[in-house]
Order: sequence, then structure tokens, then C-alpha cells
Amino acid sequence: MSDHLVQRVASATPPKLARRIRGVSDRTIAWMFVTPTILLLLAVNIFPLIWTIRLSLTNFRTNRPNNPVEFVGLENYRKILTNPDTWASLQATAHFLIWTIVLQVVIGFTLAYLINKKFRGNDLWTTLIVLPMMLSPAVVGNFWTFLYQPQIGLFNYFIEFFSGVDPASFSMIGDVSLAPWTIVLVDTWMWTPFVMLICLAGLRSIPPSIYEAAECDRASKWRQFWTITLPMALPFLMLAVLFRGIENFKMFDLVVQLTGGGPGATTLLTSIDLKREAFEKWRTGFASAYAVILFVTVFGLASIYVKALNKVKDR
Amino acid sequence: MSYSITEPSNRQKWFAGVLVVGYALLTLLPLAWIIATGFKTPADAIAYPPKVVFTPSLEGYVNLFTSRSRVTPEDLAALGPPTTWYDAIVRQYDMVINGPSRYGERFMNSVIIGFGSTFLSVFLGTIAAYAFSRFKVPLKDDLLFFILSTRMMPPIAVAIPIFLMYRQLGLSDTHLGMILLYTAVNLSLSVWLLKGFIDEIPIEYEEAALIDGYTRFQAFYKVVLPQAATGIASTAIFCLIFSWNEYAFAVLLTSGTAQTAPPFIPTIIGSGGKDWPAVAAGATLFLLPIMIFTILLRKHLLRGITFGAVRK
Repeated sequence: MSDHLVQRVASATPPKLARRIRGVSDRTIAWMFVTPTILLLLAVNIFPLIWTIRLSLTNFRTNRPNNPVEFVGLENYRKILTNPDTWASLQATAHFLIWTIVLQVVIGFTLAYLINKKFRGNDLWTTLIVLPMMLSPAVVGNFWTFLYQPQIGLFNYFIEFFSGVDPASFSMIGDVSLAPWTIVLVDTWMWTPFVMLICLAGLRSIPPSIYEAAECDRASKWRQFWTITLPMALPFLMLAVLFRGIENFKMFDLVVQLTGGGPGATTLLTSIDLKREAFEKWRTGFASAYAVILFVTVFGLASIYVKALNKVKDR
Repeated sequence: MSYSITEPSNRQKWFAGVLVVGYALLTLLPLAWIIATGFKTPADAIAYPPKVVFTPSLEGYVNLFTSRSRVTPEDLAALGPPTTWYDAIVRQYDMVINGPSRYGERFMNSVIIGFGSTFLSVFLGTIAAYAFSRFKVPLKDDLLFFILSTRMMPPIAVAIPIFLMYRQLGLSDTHLGMILLYTAVNLSLSVWLLKGFIDEIPIEYEEAALIDGYTRFQAFYKVVLPQAATGIASTAIFCLIFSWNEYAFAVLLTSGTAQTAPPFIPTIIGSGGKDWPAVAAGATLFLLPIMIFTILLRKHLLRGITFGAVRK
């Protein structure tokens, strides 16, 4: 099939051009192939980043384009870092980040460990478990608000069924004490399969001969788990944590649909806070500084983490 | 399968199987509930206790695809009997159909933007990955890391300047603007994944082709491309899934002509508040293709979602 296409392209190419193409060196080809990608990424990532940094030093507001734009230096940064609201939203993010990672690692690893027992039909069930993470977080998150309805929701019905608590007496989304756990729960539902898949790859990479040797040495199963299984799967686990950490630091779609940052500011993650500053209050300069701070934070934490990960890998 | 002293016993397998299947059923329940709710009447959807057994109805789907308005019973009687089955459903509620809803358009936008950006990011990604895999590109590692790091930025942070830039260039709320943006976001995935796939193709194949008088270009598309076909296809599906599911950029940068389905579906409302069967119907149609792709793609899943960091 590809042959046809090639011949058609070849016959459609004017001889002069064809000769030119044939004559190009590998070096030229390398550049020809890489340049479009680099240019596009410069235009859509680096140029905007530089623009963001520039904006962050001004008092520019998108909804007032005619106001004089003043250079305010690091004023925006000072305001953000001294604002208790920023720290509150960082705290909400940290709560979300830590608990989702803990739960997903524990459940994901357990599932992977069980699937690795290779019971019949494990492939099919693995695929089914993976389904939630492939779906649109906004669409699914929106539907979860239906499951969480106090009077009629399936979730509240389950709680009533198992504990007898009146389903109308609590709202997973509306109650200040429950909302931070609600977003943790839905994110865990959605992304545990991701951790599970990576852990499964880790467990499958352990050669069985190591276990055979351990059996010969009469090491107990318990000991085998702590001295073989866990250490050898650790780099994979850490990789999963890295991916989930970066993704959940950026978290926007799922949570904005679930709780919209509320009630109050209990689930106001940094991305949602940033969106409000930038696209609802239109404090563009201020929001740009906020964005730079977030990016530096993610990038810094991820770099430190990758160093640690490489150390574990080399061990 | 090898039988050795480390093979789990039957009892262990059975125990593991029960736990995993139990988890799977619990975790699939919300998805099953979406599909079921799409076939309920509004009254059944909000019944308590939740109805598991119900008479299926297409009301949700009819409401999803139409816009309706209320008429007085006299006007309704004057209209004569309903001509189609969906007319009949709507008229039970003293309503008439005015025309199609926006859902079809939004779904088509998702298709256009999804496929457009997938094609572009796979095309650009394939040639860039080939160059990174086979040639000495100066600063190769730095460039590859730069490509990866573009994924670490929160989308909202990128959206601020893009919003301003697109307004200047007239790209806001256009298909082209969204295609270019999603292409850029997907490029990091596509370059990293495809580089892995192309690295695995033995370089000897191309060398043999070059000795036979092929040019570099011919070697690329006659030898490398067919070998990388599976990799390219699975990369394409991962790019498509990302564009399909993306919400943050879509909600900030589109509002009308180029709006995709994810920001639209949550805004579907009926006459008396949220029309959950219609929302569920819209979600079902939107999620089902991805569920099917996931099942088809299960062998490549891990590689795709970890940027090729985990191969098997």
C-alpha cells in the first residue's frame, strides 16, 4: 500500500525537485526533519513563556487594554508570596497531591501484585480496570457530581446502604469537610490504574530465577517480598509517582468540574486559583507571575525527584 | 507458562482473582451508570433509591440532539398527530422540536480538531523522531529534554499568553488555532514515543537499502515507515485520545464555532434544571469510542501513557 503512495508521490514530483531532494546530505535532512517541531514548540511554548515572564513584571489587565501598562518589577511576585490565599491554595494542592499519591500507590501496587498472580482472565480484567483513566476527566468529573447528589445520588445511596446514614444528611461536594476528600476519591478512582500498570511492568521485569534462588535459601514469602519484590519494583513505583505528581500539580479539568474550587476555597487548587485570577478577574500581570512561580515549582521539584530516581535506579 | 516452585498456588490465584474482579466491578460501576442513565427517563434518573431495573427510553438521546420549546396544550392539539417517533416523545411534555441542538456541531469539532492535530503531530513527530534516532543532531539530549519539559507547564499558565497571542492573530475560537495548539502539546509525546519505536528498528535495514541505491528519503519511507507502522498507529491513537479529552485549553480558548465536546457536555441543561439523561447520553457517545480504542490498544497502553519510559 505504501508503495503505491510512494510511486504516486515520485511521479508527481518534478524531476528538478527530485534531483535536488536526492542530493541532500544527511545533515540537511536531519535539520529539515527537526526544525518544524522545534519551531512549533518555540512558538507555542517558549515564546509564550517569555511573554508570560515579561507580563509578570507589569500591571497589565486583559480586560482593560487601554490602561497604561506600567512596569512594576517584582511587585506581583511579592504580592503572591505574601498573600495568605496563595498559601491556602498551595496547601489544598498539597493535600490533594499527597493523598492521591498515597492512595494510588497503595491500591495500584496491591492490584498489580494480585494481577501478577496470573489468575485466569487477568488480561481482560486489567484492560477493564484501565478504562476510567482513558476517558475525558471533564466529562466524567461532571457526571460524578450526579453520583454525589445528596438526595438521589448513587454514591450517597451506597453509603446509606452500608452504614445507614441518611443520604440527604451529607453532600460530598457541598460540605467543607468532605469536599477535599471527594476530589481525592475521584482522582484515585480515575488514576489508580495508571500506577497499577507501571507497577505491573515493574513486577514482571523481575526474573523468576531470583525467587527460585530465594526459595532454595528458604527465605520466607514475607522476606522475599521485602528484599526482592519491593526493592526491584521501586524504580517503577517512583516513576509512577513522578508522573502522577506532575499531572496532579497541574490538575484542573476534573476538579473544576467536580467542585469548581468550592465550597469556599477548600478545593481551590493552584490551577483553578490561577484560572480565576487570569480569566475571571483578568489580572493578567499578577496571574502571569503566579504561573511563573508554579512552573518553577514543578520544574524544580521534578528535577530534584528525577535525581533521586536515578540514584535508586543505579543502585 | 513455566511451572516452577515460584508459581502461585491455585488458592492464591483464586483469591487474587476475586479481589481484582471485585475492584474492577466497583470501578466500572460509574461508567455503567453513565450508559444506563442515558437510557432513562428524567423521572427514572432521579428516582430514589436509584433504579437498576427500568424501561429503557430514548428521551435522553432525543433531548441531546434537539432543542425544544414549550407550547400550550391547545397549540399542541392544533398541530395534529406527531409525524415521527421522536416528535411523539417530546410532545408528552407539551413540547415541540425547534431544530437540532449544538451537540452535533460540538462533536464534529472534536472530530476535526482531534484528527487534524493527530495527523500533524504524528507527521512532524515521525520525521523529528527519525532524525533524533538516526542522525547526529547537535544538542540532541537538550532538545529532547526541552521537548519533554513542555509537558510540565500547567495548561492554564500556557493559556494566558496563548489567549493574547491568538486574539492578535485572529486564531481564537478557530479550528486551526486549536489544531496547532494540540499539535504542539502532543508533539512531545509523539517524538518521545516514536523515537523509541524507531530506535528498535535495526539500522542495518536502512544501510542495506542505501547500498542498493536508495536515497535517504527512499530508505526512510520504504524501509523505516512500514517497519514503524504499528508504532505510528498507536502513537496516533494516544495523540487522538489526548486531543479528544482535553478540556482546559478548550474551555479557555473556544466559546462558539470551534468549541469541542468536553466543555459543552457539562453545560447541557433541560427545561427544569440539569437534564441528566441527556448529559449521560452525550457522555456515552463521547466516551464510547475511547473505550473501544482502549480495548484495541491494550498492548501498547503502558508505553503510550508513560512517554515510552516503560517499554513492556
